[in-house]
Amino acid sequence: MTSTKNPSTRPTASSGSAPAAALHTGASDVRALLMGNLRQSGIYVALVVIVALFAIMTDGVSLSPGNITNIVLQYSYILVLAIGMVIVIIGGHIDLSVGSVVALSGAVSAVLVIRQGQPWWVGILAALAVGVAVGAWHGFWVAYVGIPAFIVTLAGMLLFRGLTLRVLDNISLSPFPAEYQQVAAGFLNGLIGGDGYDAFTLLVGALAVAGYAVSGFRTRVARVRYQQPVESFPLFVARVAAVGAVIMYFAWQLAHARGLPIVLIILAVLVLVYGLLTRRTVFGRQVYAIGGNLSAATLSGVKVKTVNFWMFVNMGFLAAIAGVIYSSRSNGAQPAAGNMFELDAIAAAFIGGAAVTGGVGTVVGAMVGGLIMAVMSNGMQLMGVDQSLQSVVKGLVLLIAVAFDVWNKRRAGAAR
Amino acid sequence: MDDTILEMRGITKRFPGVTALQDVNLAVRRGEIHAICGENGAGKSTLMKVLSGVYPSGSYEGEVVFDGKPVHFRGIRDSEAQGIVIIHQELALVPYLSIAENIFLGNERRGRGGLIDWNRANADAGTLLESVGLRENPVTPVIQLGVGKQQLVEIAKALSKQVRLLILDEPTAALNDVDSAHLLDLLRRLREQGITCIMISHKLNEITAIADSTTVIRDGRTVETLDVRSGGVTQERIIRGMVGRDLDSFYPDRVSSPGEEVLRIEDWSVRHPTQDRLVVEGVNLRVRAGEVVGIAGLMGAGRTELAMSVFGRSYGRDIRGRLIVRGREVKARTVAEAIDNGIAYVTEDRKRFGLNLIDDIRRNVSAAALGKLARLGWVNGNEEIKVAEQSRRDLNIKTPSVMAVVGKLSGGNQQKVVLSKWLFTDPDVLILDEPTRGIDVGAKFEIYTIINRLVADGKAVIVISSELPELLGMCDRIYTLSAGRITGEVPIGMATQENLMELMTKDKEPVG
Repeated sequence: MTSTKNPSTRPTASSGSAPAAALHTGASDVRALLMGNLRQSGIYVALVVIVALFAIMTDGVSLSPGNITNIVLQYSYILVLAIGMVIVIIGGHIDLSVGSVVALSGAVSAVLVIRQGQPWWVGILAALAVGVAVGAWHGFWVAYVGIPAFIVTLAGMLLFRGLTLRVLDNISLSPFPAEYQQVAAGFLNGLIGGDGYDAFTLLVGALAVAGYAVSGFRTRVARVRYQQPVESFPLFVARVAAVGAVIMYFAWQLAHARGLPIVLIILAVLVLVYGLLTRRTVFGRQVYAIGGNLSAATLSGVKVKTVNFWMFVNMGFLAAIAGVIYSSRSNGAQPAAGNMFELDAIAAAFIGGAAVTGGVGTVVGAMVGGLIMAVMSNGMQLMGVDQSLQSVVKGLVLLIAVAFDVWNKRRAGAAR
Repeated sequence: MDDTILEMRGITKRFPGVTALQDVNLAVRRGEIHAICGENGAGKSTLMKVLSGVYPSGSYEGEVVFDGKPVHFRGIRDSEAQGIVIIHQELALVPYLSIAENIFLGNERRGRGGLIDWNRANADAGTLLESVGLRENPVTPVIQLGVGKQQLVEIAKALSKQVRLLILDEPTAALNDVDSAHLLDLLRRLREQGITCIMISHKLNEITAIADSTTVIRDGRTVETLDVRSGGVTQERIIRGMVGRDLDSFYPDRVSSPGEEVLRIEDWSVRHPTQDRLVVEGVNLRVRAGEVVGIAGLMGAGRTELAMSVFGRSYGRDIRGRLIVRGREVKARTVAEAIDNGIAYVTEDRKRFGLNLIDDIRRNVSAAALGKLARLGWVNGNEEIKVAEQSRRDLNIKTPSVMAVVGKLSGGNQQKVVLSKWLFTDPDVLILDEPTRGIDVGAKFEIYTIINRLVADGKAVIVISSELPELLGMCDRIYTLSAGRITGEVPIGMATQENLMELMTKDKEPVG
């Protein structure tokens, strides 16, 4: 702690004390890195602890190639929903309807493909169109009429569940043709061979690590050019090595099971795109501005209505992607599909550090939050824990995560 | 007469990394009005929080002696039990509850069976209101009262707690001159009734007018205690103690050389958003490049409403009139259009309307002109940091890093961030609404210097201010606004506080 500079922010009469030492504050040592952003590092630590815990309690079964593949297949649609949800929450809203939208988009797709015999891609496009339309509907009421999103999407939850029942005539439809099932159950395997393992999966993993290292290094170089503080070089290398090791372990395990799941590729692309969208684009930054202080954003020329509208259109779009994945995985459409999905997505966002009041949160955080929930559910299922107890544990984890957030903020506030 | 009701000895309060108070001493005599002044961040509020038990006994060093006995407050209830009541700058009333309900909140008048005896509560509230000179029905919801009257309700609430030592944090900061005078009168009357009063204030004229003595705090230390009552303590004398130097000229000199007209407003009228009345009526106004134009008006005269309606119709409805920028009529129907036309508006309430307090300096500075840092919707984060760093240097924002969260900066530095944000939009006209409200003397001087630099660069500046000396010190020309109408246009050479005040109060009767 002693290495962090004692802040001389207090305005003094003798002005002009240029804080030259600003260049190397903060992230220059590991401890400052961890303590400085306890909330962010906290969830990574929590994820590691939970993964380790279940690995021990299940005698390593939870980390087996088959089970890791399973987790990806089983929770990908929740993670897709969490991406949209965290953006909506950063903007200061909420969306309670996504479970119903998952059901409706899957149902429309099923009716077209299964009942009417349309090609699989028509079903997918129709599902996405339904999601966008639903999002526009919500966005219209929230942004242009000014009704709180809680109410609009609560109404949407009932409305679109009802439409799902209508579309399906209250019965389940199945099965989808093989192409459609590939979305959630397909694997890229054996493209470039390998003996007992899939070389292609390892190659993709290696490319991901290389991409991470290169982009990290370029950011670092640019930062240095702009005379911004950066972490020390050994720490940078250590961070890249650690992330690389995790990715390669993950790829190794997948390669020894069924190869690279297609749904993982979809998820990775979405996380990458939306991670950049939220951090690096004008739209993303305006979402944070609106959630942080609506009035100030309005008076800064942010087109609040437009941004709010597209936030919900985007949520609808992602809900439809989740709907396609879910219907593909369950190989059909059911009237009760997607029930309570919204709560898992919301929980993922909040465990991942989003603030109830808006303006705070990250896509990556929501992903980690979602993974924490996924690993816990999966681990408890492996251990044969009773459904009722699983629910209790998940509820407590959500509560503790947000309580930790509140405590942490109060601590930061008291340091004033 | 000279017995001491309160003595704080050697108070030291540390926060992680910062010593907020260092060996502070304060002695207050029974029945006096004791002013505490110092720059923002000097430690005034911290000292009062120690006194009122917000920081519990044990979290600070030193001792507090109240009425001859050492006291160890563990919370605000302890101090209130002893008759020490603090009224914060941001009033703590519940808007939808009635006056009586607010007065007895947490201290309810109970009748039989523990139920609230509303008749007794309202009657008692009526008596209290009378003693503070507020003629309102106790069942009136607080939201229907103006800020001045709400302040009186706060004092009535304090009186209901058998107050012996009343602490007021910036009591007149949000009040207009009439309400301020009324409040000061009330404090004098309370003094006659034997209530001791500690008043934190930035308004030095009030201190010299009303206080018996004043303690000056600078950088968390007591500088001196001056006996104001005996006379001879001038505002300049107090300022010297606060800043540790003489301000030879409080308003920096500027050579005025106005150029061509930049903004003209013609026949501007604005209707209240929900009520059927005109808030601004037939206003004509013009500003030239390199000119500072003041708008003087009492609270409710329509100053902010005028400014916000011009700034992309952010206030009111049914807006009529012509807006001419550099000789060309513009529409400016949204804030974005106003910004595009070179208009910038710095709000009077920077925390609510000016800043995203949970975000860092960098992103607040870029918020109004993010497009300038973006290509095809992608923001160049490094350029953004460069811009923020430039602002930090140019405006002397005191912070170790532009990644610092804005909510933790002092008022003066926050205001500089807001100014940075608008300067980055590269406006032709800056409308500054109360640009120095709630910031300390040193930062005020810096803000004035920045304004001068802008005008020297050819910008046009409109300053709205409640402090007439500020307008007289800064402006080339001053418009007076009363009940939504311009009642005068006075060149600086002819303006005095007296003739401005006369114009500001002219024609105040409501217009049909």
